[in-house]
Amino acid sequence: MEFFVQLLNGIQYGLLLFLLASGLTLIFGIMGVLNLAHGSFYMIGAYLAFWLARGTGSMWIAIPLELAIVCVLGFILEAVFFSRLYHRNHLHQVLFSFGLILVFEDLRSILFGDDVHGVPVPELLSRSIPLTSNLSYPVYRLFISGTCLVVAAGMYVVIQKTKIGMAIRAGSTNREMVESLGINIRTIYRWVFAFGVTLAAFAGMIAAPVSSVYPGMGGQILIVCFVVVVIGGIGSIKGAMVAALLIGIVDTVGQVLVPEFSGVAIYLLMAALLLWRPQGLFRVA
Amino acid sequence: MTHRRLGGRRDFLKAAGCFTAAALVPGRLARAQAAKLRIGLMLPYTGTYAALGNAITNGFKLAVTERGGKLGGRELEYFTVDDESDPSKAPENTNKLVQRDKVDVLIGTVHSGVALGMVKIARETGTLLVIPNAGAAAATGDLCAPNIFRTSFTNWQTGYPMGKIVVDRGFKNVVTITWKYAAGEESASGFAEGLAKAGGKVVKELWVPFPQVEFQALLTSIASLKPDAVYTFFAGAGAVKFVKDYAAAGLKGNVPLFGSGFLTDGVLEAQGEAAQGLETTLHYGDGLDTPRNKSFREAYSKAYKSDADVYAVQGYDTGLLLAAGLDAVRGDATQKNQLIAGLEKARIESPRGAWTLSKAHNPIQDIYLRKVVGVQNKVVGVAHKALEDPARGCSMKRT
Repeated sequence: MEFFVQLLNGIQYGLLLFLLASGLTLIFGIMGVLNLAHGSFYMIGAYLAFWLARGTGSMWIAIPLELAIVCVLGFILEAVFFSRLYHRNHLHQVLFSFGLILVFEDLRSILFGDDVHGVPVPELLSRSIPLTSNLSYPVYRLFISGTCLVVAAGMYVVIQKTKIGMAIRAGSTNREMVESLGINIRTIYRWVFAFGVTLAAFAGMIAAPVSSVYPGMGGQILIVCFVVVVIGGIGSIKGAMVAALLIGIVDTVGQVLVPEFSGVAIYLLMAALLLWRPQGLFRVA
Repeated sequence: MTHRRLGGRRDFLKAAGCFTAAALVPGRLARAQAAKLRIGLMLPYTGTYAALGNAITNGFKLAVTERGGKLGGRELEYFTVDDESDPSKAPENTNKLVQRDKVDVLIGTVHSGVALGMVKIARETGTLLVIPNAGAAAATGDLCAPNIFRTSFTNWQTGYPMGKIVVDRGFKNVVTITWKYAAGEESASGFAEGLAKAGGKVVKELWVPFPQVEFQALLTSIASLKPDAVYTFFAGAGAVKFVKDYAAAGLKGNVPLFGSGFLTDGVLEAQGEAAQGLETTLHYGDGLDTPRNKSFREAYSKAYKSDADVYAVQGYDTGLLLAAGLDAVRGDATQKNQLIAGLEKARIESPRGAWTLSKAHNPIQDIYLRKVVGVQNKVVGVAHKALEDPARGCSMKRT
C-alpha cells in the first residue's frame, strides 16, 4: 500500500513540475530564448494567489483575474524586452533574465515583505480522503494533478492538431519560411511567450495553498525545472511530460529509500541520462 | 660584545617605551571614554532572515534606549553590515567591521554558517563577539573562546527537554524528521538524547535536504511506520508547509507532533488551523505570563509598532548583557579581561526569565513548554529548569 501512495505522491509532484517546465521548454524550444526568470513567474503566480484570494475572498474569482494579469505582463515583457533578444546570444538572454529575477524579488520584498504567508485551500476542496488506517490524501492535491492533466491535454491538442499549432511548430524550425508564407510570426511568438509565463504563474497559483508563499520560492523550483527540460530534450513538450514524471517519482522514491542521497538523486539521474542521450530523451534535431 | 650593546639599547628602548605608554595612559583613557563606543551589527537585513535581523536590531536598541542611549556611561555609534545570510561572504563582512570600522563590540548573527565565520575572525583578532541568535553548537563548543558570547540558545537546548516530555506522555517510539543541516541535526540529536535518557527510542530518522519543502513522501513513510509520536525541527517557510502538510495528510489526529519552538514561531498566522494545539519547547514564548515580559512587550510594540518575538528578546538581552559588562569597566572596552569577567558574572533579568552564562558563555536558562492557542505560543510550563548546554569540545576555563 505504501508503494502506491508513494507512486501517487511522485506523480502528483511530477505533474506540477510539468506545468512549470512546459512553459520553459516552449519558450526555449520555439523562440530560442533562455528565460531564467521563469521561476519568478511561478513566484508571482503564488503571491498573486495569496493577494487576490485574500482580496476577493475566493480562489475561483482570483484565478481568472490572475491569469489575465500575468498574461498581460508576459505580453508587455515580450514586446518591450524579450523580442529584442531573439537574435542575441544566450549570454545576453541569461544576463537579462537574471536581472529580471533580481527586480522581481525586490518588488516582492517591497510589496509583500519577507514573511511566509499561507494561502487557504478553497472550501470546496479542503477535505481529505482516508487511504489507510492513519493516512489521508488531501483532495486538493488530487485536484492539482487533475488540472495539470487537463492543461497538458489541451496543449497537446493545440500544438499537434490545430493550424496555429502547426505555425508554432514550423516557426521553431524555420522562422523565415513561415514569415514568407504570410504568417505573422512575431504575433505568434508574443502569444507563446505570454502563454508560457502564464503557465508558470498558474502552476504557482494552484501550488500556493499546499506550498505557502515565501521569498526565494522561484529560484528553488527553477533548478528542478531546468533538470526536467534538459532530461526531456529542450523544446519537447512530450519530453517535458515524461521527464517531469520521472523526476517526480525518482525524487519521491529517493527520499524514502536512500534518504542520505535524496538531495542528489535527481541530478544523478540527469547525469546518467545525459551520458546515454546527450540531446535529452525526446529532442528532435 | 655587539650583542650585549644591542641588548642594552633594546633595554633602554623598552624602558623608554614603557615610560611613554605609562605617560599616555590617562590621556588615552580619557579619550576612550569621551569617544563613542563602536558597535558593529552584522545581521541579515535582506533575504529570508531579514525580519529576524530587524527584530534583533530593534530589541538591542530598545535595551540601549532604556539606558538613556548609553552603555557603561558611553554613547554608541553603530556600524551596520548586511550579512545576507551568506556564509561565503562572512569573513569579508566581518573584516569590514573589525579592520575598517575598528568596532569595540561585534554583534551577529542569525545564520549559523555566517556566525561560525564570525567566530573564526573573533578568535583570530580577539574582538568581543556576541551572538544574538545562531544556535550552532561549535560557537560555544569546539570553537569556544573567552571573547565569544551567546545570548540565544544552542540547538541542543531547544530539543533535549522535549525527550522527557514525550516519554512522560506515554510515547516511546518516536520518528524524527528535519532538514539535513547543522541546526536540524543538532536539534534532533539533542531530542534523541533526552528521549533515550527518559527511556524512549528514536525508531527512524527522516531527513529532508535543506531547504526543500516537499514532504509528501516522508509523511507517507511516517504513516506506514506508525510511531507513537513525531519530533521535528523546521523553521520559516519549511515550518509552515510541514505543519500544514502534516495536518492535511490526516496525521495530526493520529500521530502527535512535537517540535523545537521554531516550528511555531513567527509563522502561526500562515499555519492557521493546522498549528492549533501543537506543543513545542523553546527558551521563550510570546504568551509568557510574567510582569517582566508584559512590560517588555508593551515597550517594544510602542517603539516599533509591531509585536516582539523571540528574536527581539535575544537582541534585547544582548543589550542587557553588554550593559552589565560595560558597567563593570565603566565603559572602557579596552580593559578586555575585566570586561569579560563582568559579562561572565552578569545575571540577565530577561523577558524570558532570568539567566546566567555557562562556562562556555552560553545562557543557562529555563526551557518552556508552549502550546499553540490562536496566534500565540502559550507557555504551559517549564520543560527544563536552568538547562545548560553540555558544551562538548570546549575546554575553556573561566577567567
